[in-house]
Amino acid sequence: MEKQLKVSAIKDGTVLDHIPSDQLFRVIDILGLNNSMNQITFGTNFDSKLLGKKGIIKISDKYFEADDINRIALIAPLAKINIIHDFEVVEKHVLTVPSTIKGIVKCMNPMCITNHQPIETFFTTILDSPQIKLLCHYCEKVTDKDNLKIISNRQ
Amino acid sequence: MLKHLISIHDYSREDILKTLEMAAAFEKNPTQPIFSNKVIASIFFEPSTRTRLSFETAANRLGARVVGFSDAGNTSVTKGETLKDTIMMVSNYADLIVMRHPLDGSARYASEVSSVPIINAGDGSNQHPSQTLLDLYSILKTQGTLNNLKINVIGDLKYGRTVHSLLQAMSHFSPTFKFISPNELRLPQEYREFLTSKNIPFTESKLLSDGINNADIIYMTRVQKERFSDPIEYERIKNVYSLNSSMLQGCKPNMKILHPLPRVNEIAQDVDSSSHAYYFAQAQNGVYTRMAIIALLLGINTL
Repeated sequence: MEKQLKVSAIKDGTVLDHIPSDQLFRVIDILGLNNSMNQITFGTNFDSKLLGKKGIIKISDKYFEADDINRIALIAPLAKINIIHDFEVVEKHVLTVPSTIKGIVKCMNPMCITNHQPIETFFTTILDSPQIKLLCHYCEKVTDKDNLKIISNRQ
Repeated sequence: MLKHLISIHDYSREDILKTLEMAAAFEKNPTQPIFSNKVIASIFFEPSTRTRLSFETAANRLGARVVGFSDAGNTSVTKGETLKDTIMMVSNYADLIVMRHPLDGSARYASEVSSVPIINAGDGSNQHPSQTLLDLYSILKTQGTLNNLKINVIGDLKYGRTVHSLLQAMSHFSPTFKFISPNELRLPQEYREFLTSKNIPFTESKLLSDGINNADIIYMTRVQKERFSDPIEYERIKNVYSLNSSMLQGCKPNMKILHPLPRVNEIAQDVDSSSHAYYFAQAQNGVYTRMAIIALLLGINTL
């Protein structure tokens, strides 16, 4: 029984696979799953050829809009989205980085208005570089991947 | 035409040219009380003498009444009022708001909560678009065109926001740039990449008088002491990057020297009497340019 599933299967819902282990709880945060009423199982530090260690989240009876799920592309760009119906994978999606990002990320410029007043951050993604860069709509400064800080969704 | 003036990025070539055309019309006839029924709010959350007086002069020459404050110290901001609430309140009182604020991006945010046009008179280290438009007006007025000019930009090219905005605005008009600065204050890579992507030729140098005889415009900026960790290095550079009249002997007759002011010693006093000195006239052009900006945002397109 070496191939035994370590996280039990779900009947209907969404499975998020190939999440970097160290980003698992941020993904949960960004998707607002800590406030969800759905049944959720998750596991982390599983062996992964792709990532070394990976996390998995399974959410019963929940299907995400593309715009919502793509928000995790910033921290889990290689995540795979599996749509489950009756224990079968019926659809697979990969993530695409959205062209704009509202909220989620903090602007790295300490003098940006969004770091001083209750304002939701808003960025345009710059895709011409191999790394994700975010251009702040307000202060016009660039936040790069190394300085990406996620704003908690927790209420 | 745009509803606000927040960032020079928002202004197309046509928007820029329209503003300069209006500025020229105001210069011909600078007292035009077309807004005697308007109230303009001038709210300065941090002090600025030149910009505030220039805007308030422009508003007065247009016949508008001016209300506002020149320092956030005596306002409800000290009681913890958010920028949003201040702007919501002031936009109920005035027909247009001129705002300076120490935080980057504050002007963009203000334009999103205001019901009346916002003019950004400086948001932290980010943008100061009316300065850029008056720089362009000065270039157009002295050279007769904005197209195909050779512009030497000298001084603090790293932190100087007027420099960054100038090259973005001029990118519509096929310029050739020469950037002259000490290594520490070199033009940041993002702006060099921007120019390359627009196919705008530029060279870089550390020598103040490099290419001075070919230039149509010399744009000087102040090298600020606080940019240097080593005070001796600052003293050395301050003296190296000082323009004096003996350097101007081989210049093109119509070459003009611009400076956003205040200058310290980067332009020697003996340059002031030269026909190339233009920085004080440039400041005066600021009033006409700001009259044009106000008029256009209040819906006047022709005079």
